[in-house]
Amino acid sequence: MGAIYVLWLRELKRYLRSRVQIAASLGQPLLYLLALGYGLSPVFRRGGEGNYIEFVAPGVIAMTVLFSSLFSGIQLIWDRQFGFLKETLVAPVPRLHIMIGRTCGAATTSLIQGLLVTAVAVAAGFRPVSIGSLPLGFAFLVLIAVVFTAVGTTVGSTLRDMQGFQMVMNFLVMPIFFLSGALYPLEHLPVLLAILTRMDPLTYGVDGLRGALIARGHFSPALDLAVMGGLAVALTLVGAWRFSRIEI
Amino acid sequence: MIDVEHLTRKFGEFVAVHDISFQVERGEIFAFLGPNGAGKTTTIKILTTLLAPTAGTVRIDGLDPTRQSTEVRQRIGIVFQDPSLDQNLSAWENLELHGALYHVPRKVRRERMESLLTLFGLWERRAELVKQYSGGMMRRLEIARGLLHTPKILFLDEPTLGLDPQSRNQLWSHVKRLNQDEGVTVFLTTHYMDEADRVAGRIAIIDHGRIVSLGTSAQLKAHTAAATLEEAFLALTGTEIREESGTSTDRMRMAARAWRGR
Repeated sequence: MGAIYVLWLRELKRYLRSRVQIAASLGQPLLYLLALGYGLSPVFRRGGEGNYIEFVAPGVIAMTVLFSSLFSGIQLIWDRQFGFLKETLVAPVPRLHIMIGRTCGAATTSLIQGLLVTAVAVAAGFRPVSIGSLPLGFAFLVLIAVVFTAVGTTVGSTLRDMQGFQMVMNFLVMPIFFLSGALYPLEHLPVLLAILTRMDPLTYGVDGLRGALIARGHFSPALDLAVMGGLAVALTLVGAWRFSRIEI
Repeated sequence: MIDVEHLTRKFGEFVAVHDISFQVERGEIFAFLGPNGAGKTTTIKILTTLLAPTAGTVRIDGLDPTRQSTEVRQRIGIVFQDPSLDQNLSAWENLELHGALYHVPRKVRRERMESLLTLFGLWERRAELVKQYSGGMMRRLEIARGLLHTPKILFLDEPTLGLDPQSRNQLWSHVKRLNQDEGVTVFLTTHYMDEADRVAGRIAIIDHGRIVSLGTSAQLKAHTAAATLEEAFLALTGTEIREESGTSTDRMRMAARAWRGR
């Protein structure tokens, strides 16, 4: 248990020390939130869909958590290259504990990122519909963080170097984001896009979050919870398995 | 203490370690010498549970590193050839983390951390992030870390690479002391023949994945009719320079440095 705690603490310390990176990683969500939010707001309203900032804020919060948990997971590659991974792998601690400690740390830091963006969104005029549904919204953030940290761990355990990293960016992270319904409503989509969005795990996370924060869910909260919960368990198991297979 | 029988490790078609056998007794200092790419690090990785052997058996204190890895890890300490510190933590935090991973009780941990940091001249700068350290200081910190949890067997993979003579002297005196006072078994690799000559009881010379000679320094010299261990080494392994290809790891390190990533 001690190992899980110290590895969690390590992730947190590293995160809090990289102030520049915290600021930098807030830049992109801010652009999406403010430029897209204010920019598309008139069109959105004319289409009879209401306030776009309100609509897009949960999507951007989810995006922040997606990016930062995937990257924290993939940080494994860095730890492998800088050698620190080896130090943890030869310690008399089950690998599963190491993986859990890292995952908890990564999920915690990406939750903090998500909450920071939430605060910015609130400052920009975003208002959740009810205080009572905030815990449910938080639960969805946690699930998004766990699911994508696990994906990051799986990818990070499998890739050996940076060449693959760019591939992951282009063929995994961006599609997950753009096909998730973070930026547009899931109603009245062309068939192909409708199918793709329903295959994207983040869709259910964003939808659950949107349901909780602004009561505009497309699916039922129970379905969103079931899909995200199931994926969190399944992908964490896959991540743990890949992690246990790492050879240095 | 270390028992290796017919150990082989292949990477695809390449045979890194080819059917080697040797024993290291409890309380012995045993040196593994060989040119670059001879199979030293691969052997250490197998002994320290990081790699599985392709064939052959390995016993560390009677335990199988593949199946009883946690038990083996409790008994060993390692100083790796390449850096393995967390550069974004301070020296103190690196040691704390190590102590926690190795279940060293807090009080003992703090005492040992202080004495080791003092011994290796890092006490004054313990609160600095490791990335501010010079190469030699990082090396000293890694060595201090490997000694933090009083292992039964200490593996040192080219520990003195990049160290000044003072630190080297400090390291070997400390290792000898550990060996004599606490009975720690030491398995080391080095490129410096004088060091092996000075500290090691027995020496194995490995080349192309095979052990070409094994014995005390005096035996190796007598066997090859050489005056120094270095001459004996060259007589056994030839004078040709070995190539080690730049691996993707090296290239990646450069990319990471350019990025100045976390």
